[in-house]
Amino acid sequence: MAQITMIKAITDAIRTELKNNENVLVFGEDVGVNGGVFRATEGLQNEFGEERVFDTPLAESGIGGLAIGLGLTGFRPVIEIQFFGFVYEAMDSLNGQLARMRYRYGGRWTAPVTIRAPFGGGVHTPEFHSDSLEGLLSQQPGLKVVIPSTPYDAKGLLISAIRDNDPVVFLEHMKLYRSFRQEVPEEDYTIEIGKADVKREGTDLSIITYGAMVHESIKAADELSKEGISAEVVDLRTISPLDMDTIIASVEKTGRCIVVQEAQKQAGIGAHVVAEINERAILSLESPVLRVSAPDTVYAFTEAEKIWLPNDKDVFETAKKVMNF
Amino acid sequence: MKIESVNTVVNAKKQFDEIAQQFETFRILNEEGIVINEDAMPDLTGEQLKELMRRMVYTRILDERSISLNRQGRLGFYAPTAGQEASQIASQFALEKEDFILPGYRDVPQIIWHGLPLYQAFLFSRGHYHGNQMPEGVNCLAPQIIIGAQYIQATGVALGLKKRGKNSVAIAYTGDGGASQGDFYEGMNFAGAFKAPAIFVVQNNRYAISTPVEKQSAAATIAQKAIAVGIAGVQVDGMDPLAVYAAVRDARERAIKGEGPTLIETLTYRYGPHTMSGDDPTRYRTKEIDNVWYEVDPLVRFRKFLEAKDLWNEEEEKKVIEQAKEDIKAAILKADQYPKQKVTDLIKNMYEKMPINLQEQYEIYKEKESK
Repeated sequence: MAQITMIKAITDAIRTELKNNENVLVFGEDVGVNGGVFRATEGLQNEFGEERVFDTPLAESGIGGLAIGLGLTGFRPVIEIQFFGFVYEAMDSLNGQLARMRYRYGGRWTAPVTIRAPFGGGVHTPEFHSDSLEGLLSQQPGLKVVIPSTPYDAKGLLISAIRDNDPVVFLEHMKLYRSFRQEVPEEDYTIEIGKADVKREGTDLSIITYGAMVHESIKAADELSKEGISAEVVDLRTISPLDMDTIIASVEKTGRCIVVQEAQKQAGIGAHVVAEINERAILSLESPVLRVSAPDTVYAFTEAEKIWLPNDKDVFETAKKVMNF
Repeated sequence: MKIESVNTVVNAKKQFDEIAQQFETFRILNEEGIVINEDAMPDLTGEQLKELMRRMVYTRILDERSISLNRQGRLGFYAPTAGQEASQIASQFALEKEDFILPGYRDVPQIIWHGLPLYQAFLFSRGHYHGNQMPEGVNCLAPQIIIGAQYIQATGVALGLKKRGKNSVAIAYTGDGGASQGDFYEGMNFAGAFKAPAIFVVQNNRYAISTPVEKQSAAATIAQKAIAVGIAGVQVDGMDPLAVYAAVRDARERAIKGEGPTLIETLTYRYGPHTMSGDDPTRYRTKEIDNVWYEVDPLVRFRKFLEAKDLWNEEEEKKVIEQAKEDIKAAILKADQYPKQKVTDLIKNMYEKMPINLQEQYEIYKEKESK
């Protein structure tokens, strides 16, 4: 097995499905000749031709609408929104139209579309590029939202997303693209959408998280273990629908929980996770469930992002509060 | 696009041929700096012509230095401008101080020449909100990141200026890529419907990052998109500062007279990468294409024109270059000395009155920032 980065794992997944299914089409801004601004589609146009991997004019709404139409003619579009902050331009295509295709037509027409987009902070982008807008899509019934935290998960989940007969939003944290390598099988494999993964086992406290914050949470858990606190880190992987079984099993085991997200407190999926825990497992709790998040401002301009973004220390401190409750 | 079909209902060939004839490129100076369109020559004094050249030379140096400062990590986000000086600088030169500029992210030079202090432009690059705090009387918006979003906003500004009875216009800039975005059509269509005094400049630098203009639209020109919304449109040689100046000046006069907006397509080229954040133009352009454009460089052309009039020489040019270098050095120092922005500053900037969630968070971040 090869050690590869998350960006390579993503390319690998798309290539796998382009090979497996002739109906898979890949399009978006600069995904063809240029191979994507992050090279996620590097080499794919050469390998599969311009009919299947192509550049579109610059219009996110157009890309979303085109995907709906191609889906209606039996294709399986894998589209790229160049940066997730540009998704506002495509909100009608995605939340408005794509999400309701199956419902509107009683299953007669569906939308087997995968929407890929880079997002996430800490890489000094200009405005919009780093925004964590996953909450906006998660609040839309009809869409699934997947956010991998490792190369292995990214490949298996992206293959599942492309094979899914309903629309899946697949969000790729930019900081994770090339930050580390992991063994990833060359053959195709899938990871079920809607299944969380316990990334680190523990008995005293559950840390429910996703995306880049999985790694901050693991760092915090390592620090906590030095103080004799055994923290479990649950990587949601899919934030809509939530894997309630894994979340509740962990919370019932530990009796204490914090939810960690990079998004602002009023955004993301954290509040929904807390509400589900309260409804299903409140009697197992020894302490209120607390949240770690960014503050409720627009994503910080580059110079201030370091303090704005939640980190391992914030996770550590909040975990201590819950432990000492 | 070649259309041959001649049907009884739609004679597509005739339609497209007639459109193409309407949008021949407007030029005043040829590549040798010789005036080929005397009738259209703008009424500019020798001193004004020199000032336009100074600004273009200055801006070329600013671009070179910005690229180098970016590489040293002393600047943040930067989109190179070399090659586009005639389109950018001459179009701004045709404005009046009270006109509003709504720039795209590459259009920092225009707002600098409209009054944004250089150190603030550097702070913008670094992602400091003070870079966007326009001084009183500087009618510029921050460089827009969402492609095309400034187009419809420009129409709003223009309509506002009209309702207030001002004799001024709003000018919006985007690239060829922006002409594909829905906002582009909406902005122009609204402006046409309301006869808003807006000028829409598309700097057609041939590539939307990597996608060539031929792959972005079936239309032979971007200028002709004006027809669909019933406004004036013109295609201009965007490497010819006098043509760009004359086209914007003309659009401005008509706008103020109440004749509505104009779409101006300038044919230009960016010599550098899309931005300094990892774009590699050799993946989508060849050296041969680059060379074609270097040969029609706006500075070379205008320099020849001015030298023939005895308005410019090497010494003048050196003086500007030295001045630019000095200003840049001072501005970067001033940017360094400006207080770092804090999360608490950003929290304060969210609402007029701080809501309870932010009041609580303000205290938390104040504490964090004091450590």
